[in-house]
Amino acid sequence: MADLLKAEGTITAPTDSSHDGVRRRDFINIAAVSFAGVGGIAVLVPLISQMSASADVLAESSTEIDISAIASGQAIKAVWRKQPVFVRNLTPTEIAEADAVDPKTLRDPATLEERTKKGKTNWLITMGVCTHLGCVPLGAGPGEVKGEYGGYFCPCHGSVYDTAARIRKGPAPKNLEVPPYDFSSDTVVKIG
Amino acid sequence: MSFPWAKNYKPSHPLMVYLDEKLPLPRLIYNAIGAGYPVPRNLNYAWNFGVLAGFCLVLQIVTGVILAMHYAANAGVAFDSVEHIMRDVNWGWMLRYAHANGASAFFVVVYIHIFRGFFYSSYKAPREMIWLLGVVIFLLMMATAFMGYVLPWGQMSFWGAKVITGLFSAIPLVGTPLQQWLLGGFAPDNAALNRFFSLHFLLPFVIAAVIIMHIWALHIPGSSNPTGVEIKTESDTVPFHPYYTAKDGFGLGVFLLLYCTVLFFFPNALGHPDNYIPANPLSTPAHIVPEWYFWPFYAILRAFTSDFLFIPAKLMGVLAMFSAILVWFFLPWLDTSPVRSGHYRPLFRKFYWILVLDTLVLGYCGGSPAETKYVLISQIAATYYFLHFLVILPLVSSIEKPQPLPYSITESVLGTDALTA
Repeated sequence: MADLLKAEGTITAPTDSSHDGVRRRDFINIAAVSFAGVGGIAVLVPLISQMSASADVLAESSTEIDISAIASGQAIKAVWRKQPVFVRNLTPTEIAEADAVDPKTLRDPATLEERTKKGKTNWLITMGVCTHLGCVPLGAGPGEVKGEYGGYFCPCHGSVYDTAARIRKGPAPKNLEVPPYDFSSDTVVKIG
Repeated sequence: MSFPWAKNYKPSHPLMVYLDEKLPLPRLIYNAIGAGYPVPRNLNYAWNFGVLAGFCLVLQIVTGVILAMHYAANAGVAFDSVEHIMRDVNWGWMLRYAHANGASAFFVVVYIHIFRGFFYSSYKAPREMIWLLGVVIFLLMMATAFMGYVLPWGQMSFWGAKVITGLFSAIPLVGTPLQQWLLGGFAPDNAALNRFFSLHFLLPFVIAAVIIMHIWALHIPGSSNPTGVEIKTESDTVPFHPYYTAKDGFGLGVFLLLYCTVLFFFPNALGHPDNYIPANPLSTPAHIVPEWYFWPFYAILRAFTSDFLFIPAKLMGVLAMFSAILVWFFLPWLDTSPVRSGHYRPLFRKFYWILVLDTLVLGYCGGSPAETKYVLISQIAATYYFLHFLVILPLVSSIEKPQPLPYSITESVLGTDALTA
């Protein structure tokens, strides 16, 4: 160290002994700061990841529903991922109404067939979450307003869905979402 | 204040010039921990621990704020919510261990910082205020650590809360009502847990505020140094950046290696298994001790076993325990030697190391069961502890013949100084 110190006591950096313009200290500096930088970024991973869904929340992310008691024309509200799911047993009239619409004229084109399982077109299973800002639309509970298209009506901002839960009128951009589900048997549906 | 040769902040980029006019934050940083703060050129690694303590506070606040996102401060679910953090929350195990061991790391660092101050008499004029604020920070840290330890609501949490609030019941007349007021009941329960959580969240920010004052006060006379000789000229100093940012950065790397070793390989080594048993108000664990960082003071508390004059033993122990820290407030006036550094004080130096040993003995006894032999050793060690501060230190200061001091910091480093040559 002493040879780096002038008599006045000011400290000078070590000289470029190989004359290639790069000092040993430059390398150490870049290596150390880069290492610390990568380490610092790596530390962010757990700090950010801790906010995503924890193991107990993920463990609750599938749910089974018994649909045997739902008569034609009735609907129930189930809960999946802490959100309402509408399970609706469509009447033949409602199916006919849905099929009568040309999908090309819709805001979010889809047919009832695409939104239900094959051979079980009468079982319309959708999220009960309005695609506008997330309110629960009316129409699944007994006596609730179904809106002018006979499906669902969201009272928050006036979005209207038809009997295939497709958006027909109002501010919502998309049809009610169809969650991933399967029929475990003719009377049991597993969602998620 | 700074030294006349301190470098001036000169922003070159127009945006930085603009910012400097409106909000000179970069200037503040430059003058506080940048090239604008001249620091003695001879600081050794004992001077790393202030920065390390600051790092520990940040670590505790970051991990603590995150834990608070998942923890539930309710006596019914607190224990389960901690287990939820350990098992369900992504990286929760790591964050909780980082916080629990971070507290231990914080105390290790702060104890070294304090004993650095003892050895180099960092508390002496003109740095008394820095020292006094430092003792305040230490007291706040102890309160924060204690309340944090209660939050998991295990057996040690519960009985720790009961015993520590029990200290206040020793105060004559108002003691028992005071303890019930602190707890919001007759024993620790939901009310106590909730207020401890609230205060445990608040106090670190109070500590941060006092640290700002601690550093503010430090920057008036500037850092002390291993010779204890004040800065005379520019050649005695180097700019904080890059010299001490680099040195502190290296120290931080070593610290992190040790910390991570404990965090990832021995995360429960410093904890008590009993705290993984849910709180049970009907059964006290067989061997109840506080966390290691309280052991020396806990030993002093337990050293008083019989009534002294008209003061009951219980009150005496509590008074002694608090006095063991409060005596530090008087240190700048108890040590009257004009020489600061222990390197030039042969007699003081011996007693310093005896005090270190004495504190370690107290710590060992504080962590041991309350058996006769440990209590006896505690009594001797506690007596010596107070003798050191109240008798030995003033006495040594008056009879000791210090060794000759170097003319300047530069001379102590280079052997010569242009000013004397």
